Amino acid sequence: MTLRTSLEVGGMGHSIKRKEDPRFIRGRGTYVDDVVLPGMLWLDIVRSPHAHAKIVKIDSAKALAVPGVLAVITGQDLAKYNLHWMPTLMSDTQMVLPVEKVMYQAQEVAGVLATSRYAAADGAAVVEVEYEPLPVVVDPKKALEPGAPILRTDKKDKKDNHIWHWEWGDRAATDRAFAEAAVTVKEDIYIPRIHVASIETCGCIAHFDKALDKLTVWMTTQAPHAIRTVFALVAGHVGLAEHKIRIIAPDIGGGFGGKVPIYPGYVIAVAASVLTGKPVKWIEDRMENLQADSFARDYHISAELAAAKDGRLTALRIKTLADHGYTDAAANPSKFPAGLFHVCTGSYDLKAAHVEVDGVYTNKPPGGIAYRCSFRVTEAVHTIERMVDIMAHQLGVDPAEFRMKNFIQPEQFPYKSALGWEYDSGNYGAALQKAMDMIGYADLRREQADKRARGELMGIGISSFTEIVGAGPSKHFDILGLKMFDSCEIRIHPTGKAIARFGTKSQGQGHETTYAQILAEELGIPAADIQVEEGDTDTAPYGLGTYASRSTPVAGAAAAMAARKIQDKARKIAAHLLEVAEADLEWEPGKFSVKGAPGKSKTIQDIAFAAYTNHPQGMEAGLEAVSYYDPPNLTYPFGSYICVVDIDKGTGEVKVRRFVAIDDCGNIINPMIVEGQIHGGLTMGFAPALFEEISYDEVGNIQGGSFIDYLVPTAVETPKWETGNTCTPSPHHPLGAKGVGESATVGAPAAIANAVVDALWHLGVRHVDIPITPPKVWKLLRERGVTE
Amino acid sequence: MRVQLSINGEKHEADVEPRLLLVHLIRDVLRLTGTHIGCDTTHCGACAVILDGRAVKSCTVFAVQARGKEIMTVEGLEQDGKLHPLQEGFMAEHGLQCGYCTPGMLMTSYAFLQKNPTPTDDDVRRGISGNLCRCTGYVNIVKAVQYAAAKIRQGGAA
Repeated sequence: MTLRTSLEVGGMGHSIKRKEDPRFIRGRGTYVDDVVLPGMLWLDIVRSPHAHAKIVKIDSAKALAVPGVLAVITGQDLAKYNLHWMPTLMSDTQMVLPVEKVMYQAQEVAGVLATSRYAAADGAAVVEVEYEPLPVVVDPKKALEPGAPILRTDKKDKKDNHIWHWEWGDRAATDRAFAEAAVTVKEDIYIPRIHVASIETCGCIAHFDKALDKLTVWMTTQAPHAIRTVFALVAGHVGLAEHKIRIIAPDIGGGFGGKVPIYPGYVIAVAASVLTGKPVKWIEDRMENLQADSFARDYHISAELAAAKDGRLTALRIKTLADHGYTDAAANPSKFPAGLFHVCTGSYDLKAAHVEVDGVYTNKPPGGIAYRCSFRVTEAVHTIERMVDIMAHQLGVDPAEFRMKNFIQPEQFPYKSALGWEYDSGNYGAALQKAMDMIGYADLRREQADKRARGELMGIGISSFTEIVGAGPSKHFDILGLKMFDSCEIRIHPTGKAIARFGTKSQGQGHETTYAQILAEELGIPAADIQVEEGDTDTAPYGLGTYASRSTPVAGAAAAMAARKIQDKARKIAAHLLEVAEADLEWEPGKFSVKGAPGKSKTIQDIAFAAYTNHPQGMEAGLEAVSYYDPPNLTYPFGSYICVVDIDKGTGEVKVRRFVAIDDCGNIINPMIVEGQIHGGLTMGFAPALFEEISYDEVGNIQGGSFIDYLVPTAVETPKWETGNTCTPSPHHPLGAKGVGESATVGAPAAIANAVVDALWHLGVRHVDIPITPPKVWKLLRERGVTE
Repeated sequence: MRVQLSINGEKHEADVEPRLLLVHLIRDVLRLTGTHIGCDTTHCGACAVILDGRAVKSCTVFAVQARGKEIMTVEGLEQDGKLHPLQEGFMAEHGLQCGYCTPGMLMTSYAFLQKNPTPTDDDVRRGISGNLCRCTGYVNIVKAVQYAAAKIRQGGAA
């Protein structure tokens, strides 16, 4: 990409330093828990020790006797206002507080309102709840067996634990391709429950001001406008109208998808504030965060892949059980129940595919949010990348060579996949070749052969993923009917400085910097002179928020479009000032010049001043614009990752020795920030590959519900990432850019899993489920007599 | 109980419950909100502060245990309008994204560089292993700490 602006202007392609950093490095950020309002009360939550139990009685007497405790709020209290249940995005229902029974361990049972953080916790500790335990359903396969206890007894006529069945693709063509295939491989792949575990947990301060009749909520949310509308729709009957609701998302300490949903704690805090007229703060602790907030994944996948005799892939067939916990509360705005899982044909030119997914209820918390990925894309990528590797090994072909042969080729773009997606652009072979060159692939294969001869276990794994981000075109996406556009509003001040507001919300991605760079690119106003604001629904234009790597594809595009509207008006003003026709003007970032008379020009700053002081007769004053951008398609970033692992035969420990990541996200706004996103994404791919898992014992006790046993990697375990890129611009995005925040999380786990299996294939190991922990590997080695 | 202590060179006095955690004294009572809370089990390090020269996780120290002691928080790093080399390093090397773990990372790194002014990259990784970051993948944090180490060795402020 060629640079069109100087470093001082700081348009696209410049690694300018971040505008948000000066406050963060001084400890001067404002996160939700930093906000304190006069007279503020504290909310703490009583949670269930049982995974499934009837609530016989809630006795608040002891709690109310604790000094400072003002009230205990139960489901019965909320039921008076019909706020004890709330709808989910997936047309299911979720309890705010239970009236009859609890459905998972750590479920909210009651709220305790007090004058201090400590008093609220003291009160919550002594609320006495009498439970009558009910049979627990943990395994989604058993949940579907006849005679399994029926969990959703609140739903009249519900006679089983099956939520929905969804299938996509041409079943007959796929079955035919399998019947004709020379080789087929089949594997069961489980992608376990994990949790985003942003270092800041979730929380809010709800303040219903009776004098103003207005609710203001400071909230850890990635989607403030959508939250406002949902509040208005759900609580309209108690008098919360949308113009009287203000959502403020201040600095957010990491989101990754976990701060998209509306959790019961937010609703209880709002209800408590409306009832008391006082500000109410609720901040969850880490264990509440891990145990009750939205999980990701939990897909039980059975996949089959078919190939012709010459090794050309022909068809993919997948059946999946999706464990949704007790309700389908997936933060999935697509029109498909399994999100974008049907991008599972990946980077390969498959002619037929068929996918079936069944959603199941179990006694686990709801969720099904993304863990730094677009709605089930990681599940899709992990499946296809594992299966392609298994096929390559089965055929005895090098996995790199096998991928090269089966990739969708550059000239096939735009490419319509067998499952209906239209990939915008790609050059998969170039990315893989670059990764191979960078890591020294051939040498590594020689080293591996030598080591194997000596009995040492070394593996090389590849993942050549295709992402699908930037939700999204309104034909595929909506939130309660709201189309998934995003927005930018720009105002240029008379002195040529600007403010721009967006409908998205950064959680660390650096929007204040990168959006300013887009505007600098389009207008030539230095990025330093442009203030970017997001997260306050009273001031920002309506937008759907930041998740699914959509900020650059959607709001970034809106920024370019709004800037171009400003440029159009600026041209008229420049023509007026220079006394020439508009057609006689030439634009370069920052100024209009008269064609053939380069000395005759007006800068954008001159034009901004004139917009308020000397604009043409009949033209409105000012220089501002707003754009709501509904993308025509998703963007399809991609990449190739190669990972080298060494396995300790004594302990089963997998050590990632090297990891090379080549990413392609089209044109890059700020290379420094993009590389940072890749580093972070890789680490959040590495984590579930080797460490992170939330599981449950047979009675529904959570395992992995604190940082003691939910293993977020430290700097010691985390590999020294080696990164690079290729650049294949998106043809439909006004800047040629694609999303990038999640690519690495989507692509990395398969590279690691493939490397482990590559190290063990000669021992007869075909597959290992993530997380690939030392005990898992040690058991495999012991069963094969490799270790004692 | 009365607690007198010094934070960033300024004397403070407060009447606290014996069970009050130091992090809550710093954040909720004294309103220095740069120090953050990220877990309940002393794993994440977002609450790290310097207590008499040592980095401690202030969620695991009672306020009363800090009686009469010198504490330094992230707000104390900048001196006379001049950023500490670690603050400069985190900005220059893109060592932060959401900024939530950053104050703890800065304070842990501060104590670490006092003990080990010429670390290897692996030393830095071990030195910050009590602090979790979910955004950066640590690569640039290591570079940021090395930036500061080099600058301090060249005679920048310590």
